[in-house]
Amino acid sequence: MMPAETTEKSTYKIPIGPIHPALKEPVMFEFEVDGERIVDADVYLGHVHRTIEWTGMRRNPVQVLYLAERICGICSYCHPMSFALAVERIAGIEVPERAEYLRVVHAELERICSHTLWAGVAAHEIGFDSVLFLTWQVREKALDLTEYLTGNRITKAITQIGGVRRDITKDMVPKIEETLTFLKDNFGKLKKVFLDDKTFKMRSQDVGILTKKEALQLCAVGPTTRASGVKKDVRIDQPYFAFGELDFDYVTPDVLTGEVNGDVYDRIIVRLLEVKQSIDLIEQCVDILSGLPEGDIVAEPKVAKLLSQLKKIEGDGIGRMEAPRGEVIHYVKMDGNEHPYSWKVRAPTYNNILPWIPMLKGEQIADIPIVAASTDPCMSCTNRVGIVQNGKRSLFTNEQLHKLSVEKTRRLMQ
Amino acid sequence: MSKKQIASPEEVLDSFKNQFSNKITKGRIDRYPIGPSKHEMIQIWMTVDPSIFRDVVKHLMTFDKHAHFAVSSGYDIEDRIEIINHFSIYPGKKAREISINFIVPLPKSDPTMDSICDLIPGALISEQEKQEMLGIKVKNIPKNMRVFISDDFPEDMYPWRKDEMNADKMGRNLHENDKIPKPKMGADK
Repeated sequence: MMPAETTEKSTYKIPIGPIHPALKEPVMFEFEVDGERIVDADVYLGHVHRTIEWTGMRRNPVQVLYLAERICGICSYCHPMSFALAVERIAGIEVPERAEYLRVVHAELERICSHTLWAGVAAHEIGFDSVLFLTWQVREKALDLTEYLTGNRITKAITQIGGVRRDITKDMVPKIEETLTFLKDNFGKLKKVFLDDKTFKMRSQDVGILTKKEALQLCAVGPTTRASGVKKDVRIDQPYFAFGELDFDYVTPDVLTGEVNGDVYDRIIVRLLEVKQSIDLIEQCVDILSGLPEGDIVAEPKVAKLLSQLKKIEGDGIGRMEAPRGEVIHYVKMDGNEHPYSWKVRAPTYNNILPWIPMLKGEQIADIPIVAASTDPCMSCTNRVGIVQNGKRSLFTNEQLHKLSVEKTRRLMQ
Repeated sequence: MSKKQIASPEEVLDSFKNQFSNKITKGRIDRYPIGPSKHEMIQIWMTVDPSIFRDVVKHLMTFDKHAHFAVSSGYDIEDRIEIINHFSIYPGKKAREISINFIVPLPKSDPTMDSICDLIPGALISEQEKQEMLGIKVKNIPKNMRVFISDDFPEDMYPWRKDEMNADKMGRNLHENDKIPKPKMGADK
């Protein structure tokens, strides 16, 4: 709890956090509010630091893959794969062609799971729990497919340095096609609910605006920056895996509406259209994979041999990927030892924290959940909000804050 | 050079070398074959004297006004701390983006570098993190506070350091402690 502060102004401060599920990482916000309106916002980070990088510098590169999977439950593919990309570049390992397409399939499947999870949470934040269940029903199918392809639903353990660990054989294609058809059939329904519903529009349009200039200056990444009209997508800017061979383009809100506002509604548009794009990319890859001859899916299948090769490498490398929430970047330095000399992980949320400040300024307290959720799909609930005013303390529980948000929706519906 | 033109990696590197002469060292261009068609991914690396780091970033912004700052990483080696600043220019230009990495070596006797937050406000968290993890000092940082490490953590310990200022003693190292009973393997047999 922040110390009470008395100011001459008629504003008071609300701390949110540090344990606050709006983000993966615990984070603390301090809002200066004038009545219901947010005048200023500040961010304090790092209440739980798990020293994953420190631990990784004491593991061999293959062990680090499994450690990196545990950085984030939703980006459990992007992190180990970015690490693998960095190590492959230092070691000069060339990935087999088949594996390049398999890597795209898993990356896009992860994006579908992440974006649909976020869409459900966003619906919940403004009081549409039936939409939450509808969206997660769709996500469940995508998770089933993840399990079918990797053997796991969340921490997928599919990454290997130099390729992937499991192939997609011809007999697996019908199941993939069935799931993709299901997703496509339901996409129209979700699009209608999220983009055409009057109340959804009222809660999300002109709320939490991030201008293009702010997005560029604050180095925002992923759907957050694309919704503000910035064409930035690592898959296209600096293609990796087989993305350079596939047909797709930047998703910005003007693709659908012809204009860019940078509000919550635009962030919904970008994520929904990206789900469609990911389905299309998986289809393209599965088609290509069906035509490719069966072959290696990893450069060196013997892990002991791979490790002895990696022990000797020296140099530094970067692995960059477009995770569901934006650019993820891993820096690795190897110095001819078993463990990396240095390893730095930069998750997309790291860059999308500062943009929260301009987004939240001028909004109402009841808008905090949906604006906060709009940058990142993993907001499940807000723990509690303490209000400190002239030394008197009152607490908002998560339920109360959520109730405020739901009440605002109901008011708008009347 | 026209600002709208996309410069080649060689032009970018030469431009820095010409502008800053011997303050830029170890410049190199890494090219990686990517994907089935083996198209090139380009990363430029150069070592930059700390005294010109801000000017280097300003110069980078003449190529791309909105140069993207991803993060800075770093480590200590021998008597210096090396901060690697990861930038990229030309996002939005399909397959033409170039990653540029500036390595800034700081002597451990005076590990000070200039803040670039006035040029790129999004660099704040990264600069705060380097201060607390590696023990460098960032001059003119807008908010001089810790970001990931709690305020009650000792002030002269830096978790990423590998020398005597590291934070290894804060780890519990349970596996090294003989007083903790080890699990008995196969005890039920």
